[in-house]
Amino acid sequence: MKTPVYLDYSATTPCDPRVVQRMLPFFSETFGNAASRSHAFGWTAEAAVDEARDQVAQLLGAHPKEILWTSGSTEANNLAIKGVAEMYRPKGNHLITAATEHKAVLDPMKHLEAQGFEVTWLRVDGRGHVDLAELAAAITDRTILVSLMAANNEIGTLHPLAEIGALCKQKGTLFHTDATQAAGKIPLDVEAQHIDLLSLSAHKMYGPKGVGCLYVRRKNPRVRLVAQMDGGGHERGMRSGTLNVTGIVGMGEAARICRTEMATEVPKLRALRDRLEQRILAQLPDAVRNGDPDARLPHLANLSFPYVEGESLIMGVKELAVSSGSACTSASLEPSYVLKSLGLGDELAHSSIRFSLGRFTTEAEVDFAVDRVVQEVKRLREMSPLWEMVQEGVDLSKVKWTVH
Amino acid sequence: MAYSDKVLDHYQNPRNVGSLDKDDPNVGTGVVGAPECGDVMKLQIKVGDDGKIVDAKFKTYGCGSAIASSSLATEWLKGASVDSAAQIKNTQIVEELSLPPVKIHCSVLAEDAIKAAIEDWRRKQSAREDGAGAGA
Repeated sequence: MKTPVYLDYSATTPCDPRVVQRMLPFFSETFGNAASRSHAFGWTAEAAVDEARDQVAQLLGAHPKEILWTSGSTEANNLAIKGVAEMYRPKGNHLITAATEHKAVLDPMKHLEAQGFEVTWLRVDGRGHVDLAELAAAITDRTILVSLMAANNEIGTLHPLAEIGALCKQKGTLFHTDATQAAGKIPLDVEAQHIDLLSLSAHKMYGPKGVGCLYVRRKNPRVRLVAQMDGGGHERGMRSGTLNVTGIVGMGEAARICRTEMATEVPKLRALRDRLEQRILAQLPDAVRNGDPDARLPHLANLSFPYVEGESLIMGVKELAVSSGSACTSASLEPSYVLKSLGLGDELAHSSIRFSLGRFTTEAEVDFAVDRVVQEVKRLREMSPLWEMVQEGVDLSKVKWTVH
Repeated sequence: MAYSDKVLDHYQNPRNVGSLDKDDPNVGTGVVGAPECGDVMKLQIKVGDDGKIVDAKFKTYGCGSAIASSSLATEWLKGASVDSAAQIKNTQIVEELSLPPVKIHCSVLAEDAIKAAIEDWRRKQSAREDGAGAGA
């Protein structure tokens, strides 16, 4: 087994070798510009792009013409949110989202708020769910967009897309979902789930970095957007810029593999994830599982280890590539806003690790990860004054701390 | 985040982890920080009759730099006089461990823990003297 063991598939995935094989000719042999209409180089590139568009559309139950290529999910989210807001401003200036969304949704929303739009930030419960009654009550005739992610990137909680979509449709507002983490993990169907806009990123589904797409509904209703990137009028004027043909070909192949192999891959992922979680919890009974134990991504586990600080734990398990649920590893030193939104105390939010498994994870790697985590948590507990106090029967919530 | 070799060494092989009897009149205990801030340090010193620190122990909940700062502090405390221990500055810890700016608070916490432990020991000493005076 090679170390470090990669258990951070929610951050990014390696390209599937089949994806790489599909992409290779497009670097230097069939290198044409898909917008070149006057010669075979362009036609070949365009045909490859169209095939990829078809593959991605099939993954979503969409029509190929509804797929717009972007540089990734961040761009797709920006285009969806700002593009809808600018286009539909005459109808209304109200948007709805939730506190646990990715920054690539939250920040465009804040940008719009600064420009005079009104944004409702829905709260979530302890498992990361929005209250649908609260959502229904928040939608007014001035509401132009609801943006709620398909699956949360930190805790894996799945929003009930079909119910949210039906509600939005009934109330006459557009529904955007950031499905970056969900693609290939849960069934996506823009018709059954009444989704009007949907963002995807290739590198979270075993495709290359730097390419993604936005699904934009064409019928019932026809969704219109104000382009955020102006230029040569590519992608029917909604996203100018020469297409990243190589990346797009890779994304198409990645989408095909996800669609055709999801039924076999997901149970395998779930079994490995459950093995990891159950074995850790059996040895560390006071570890806390964050998120929804049922409605969640099959490959992700987010665990808090009380009395042990997350960053030091990650430092200790250096043979594992995992991420802290807390943003401590960045410069901010703030615990994760997602975990805090669940109502988790700062202390538990400071003590969490996200394990995300993937296509190439093995049982031996999972068992190794369990051993390393358990060992390191025990070592750090022996060093932890909080653990010592709890063993002495001290109630930590009653201690007068010197907050600095 | 890249850690310096010294931080890694203290994190992997922390010196003087443990606890001293906090009810011992010769032991001073300092507990600083808060769980919600992501770091709590407990630092203890045991002072001999000659005013020299004969033992020092720590337990820390916090990041690797916090653990290293407190581990280093106990190394410096052992054998030092209480007065010179009180002079230890966080900047010395920053320098020794090459802490990046974002981790300076760990060194501040260690300095605070040293001061709190000394203060606790001094309080016990004066209480003892007061007690002895009253008994005479």
